[in-house]
Amino acid sequence: MGLLSKKNKEVLVGPLSMNNPVIVQMLGICSSLAVTSKLEPAIVMGISVTVVVAFANVIISLLRNTIPNRIRIIVQLVVCAALVAIVSEVLKAFAYDVNKQLSVYVGLIITNCILMGRLEAFALGNGPWESFLDGIGNGLGYAIILVLVGFVRELFGSGTLLGFQVIPQAFYDMGYVNNGLVILPPMALIIIALIVWYHRSRNKELQEN
Amino acid sequence: MEELLSIFVRSIFSDNMIFTYYLGMCSFLAVSKNVKTALGLGIAVTFILVCTLPINYLLENYVLKEGALQWLGPEYAEVNLSFLALLIFIAIIAAFTQLVEMVVEKFSPSLYASLGIFLPLIAVNCAILGGSLFMQQRAFSNVGVATVYGLGSGIGWTLAIVGMAAIREKLAYSDIPKPLRGLGISFIITSLMGIAFMCFSGLKI
Repeated sequence: MGLLSKKNKEVLVGPLSMNNPVIVQMLGICSSLAVTSKLEPAIVMGISVTVVVAFANVIISLLRNTIPNRIRIIVQLVVCAALVAIVSEVLKAFAYDVNKQLSVYVGLIITNCILMGRLEAFALGNGPWESFLDGIGNGLGYAIILVLVGFVRELFGSGTLLGFQVIPQAFYDMGYVNNGLVILPPMALIIIALIVWYHRSRNKELQEN
Repeated sequence: MEELLSIFVRSIFSDNMIFTYYLGMCSFLAVSKNVKTALGLGIAVTFILVCTLPINYLLENYVLKEGALQWLGPEYAEVNLSFLALLIFIAIIAAFTQLVEMVVEKFSPSLYASLGIFLPLIAVNCAILGGSLFMQQRAFSNVGVATVYGLGSGIGWTLAIVGMAAIREKLAYSDIPKPLRGLGISFIITSLMGIAFMCFSGLKI
C-alpha cells in the first residue's frame, strides 16, 4: 500500500469535480452563499473548512472502533466543536478583520453539513490516512466553489479583487457601473446555479430526471 | 411590548433565516419536495429554536460571558468562559433534538418515517445554531426577547420551506432544461424568492 495508491488518489481528486460536495452532494451550501460577497473571506473560509474537515476526519477515524453507535453524533459534534473553537480563536488572533466579516459563519462550520456528511459517510469506515485525504479533497472541492463565486461577485460587484482595483478608471469614465445586485445575497444562488448548469451539461450522468 | 413585536416581525420577514442569512439550506433543499413533510420539519425546527434559545441565553448571560459568574461571589468576577460557548450551545441543541426525535417517533410514526435522516440532522441544522450565535452577537436585553426571536426565526424558516415545497410540487409538470433539473432550478427559485423577500428589509413597526 503506497501512500498515494490509485484508490487514494481517487479519494483525493474525486471531490474536486465529479463528487464535489457543494454542487453534486448538496452539502455545505449555507456558508458557501453567505461569505462569498468578497474574495478574501471566501478564501479564508475555504482554508478553515479544509483544516477542520481533515483533522476531524482523522480524529473520528482513529476513534471509530471505540465510539458506541448510539451516541456517535454527539461525539462527532464535540470533536468538531473543539476544532472549530481552535480555528475561531486562531482567526481572532491573526486575521481579526476577516473574522469580523465572517461573523457567525466561523462558528457555523460546526453545523456545516460537509463535516458531518464526511464523518458519517467516510471516516467511520476508513483508516486515518484515507480519511485525511478525503477531508482535504472535500475541503478543497468546497473551497473551489467558494473562490469561484467570490471571484465573480467581487469582480462584478465592486470592481476589485482582494481589495485591489481591477477594472480601470477609464471604464468608469466611459459610463461603466458596478453591478450592485451581485453583492446582494440572492445573486450567490444564481451564480451557483449557473455553475451547476455548466457542470451538469458537461457530465451528463449527473443529471436528474 | 413594542420591542418584542418589532423583533418578531423582523425575524420572520426582513431577517429571514433562509433568504437573508442562508441558514439551514441543506435541509431546506433536500426536504422541500412535498408540502406536508416540509411543514412537519418546519414545526420541529421552530420548536427546537423556541426551546434552545432561552436556555442558551441564560447560560450565556449567567455562566459563559465575561464577568457573568459574578453572582457566585466577587472572586469569580474575572472568569471568562466564552470560548466554551460553541461547545455548550451545540450540546444543548443536540440534547433537545434527541428529545424531539423521541416525541415524534411516539406520536407520529408516519411523519417520523418521511423525515428520515433529517430529523436527527436538525441538530446540525445551521439555522438553530445560527439562532443561538446571533443571539450572542446581538446581546438581547432579556430572555423574553430571545424567545420571541427564536419563535419568529422558526416561523420564518417554516414559511420559506413550505413556500418552496409548494412551488416544487408544481415544477414536476414544467419543462426545464435537463442539466438544470433538481438542484439547479431550486437554487434559482430560492434566489427569486429571496429577491421578493428583500422588499421587507427596512420594515419597522
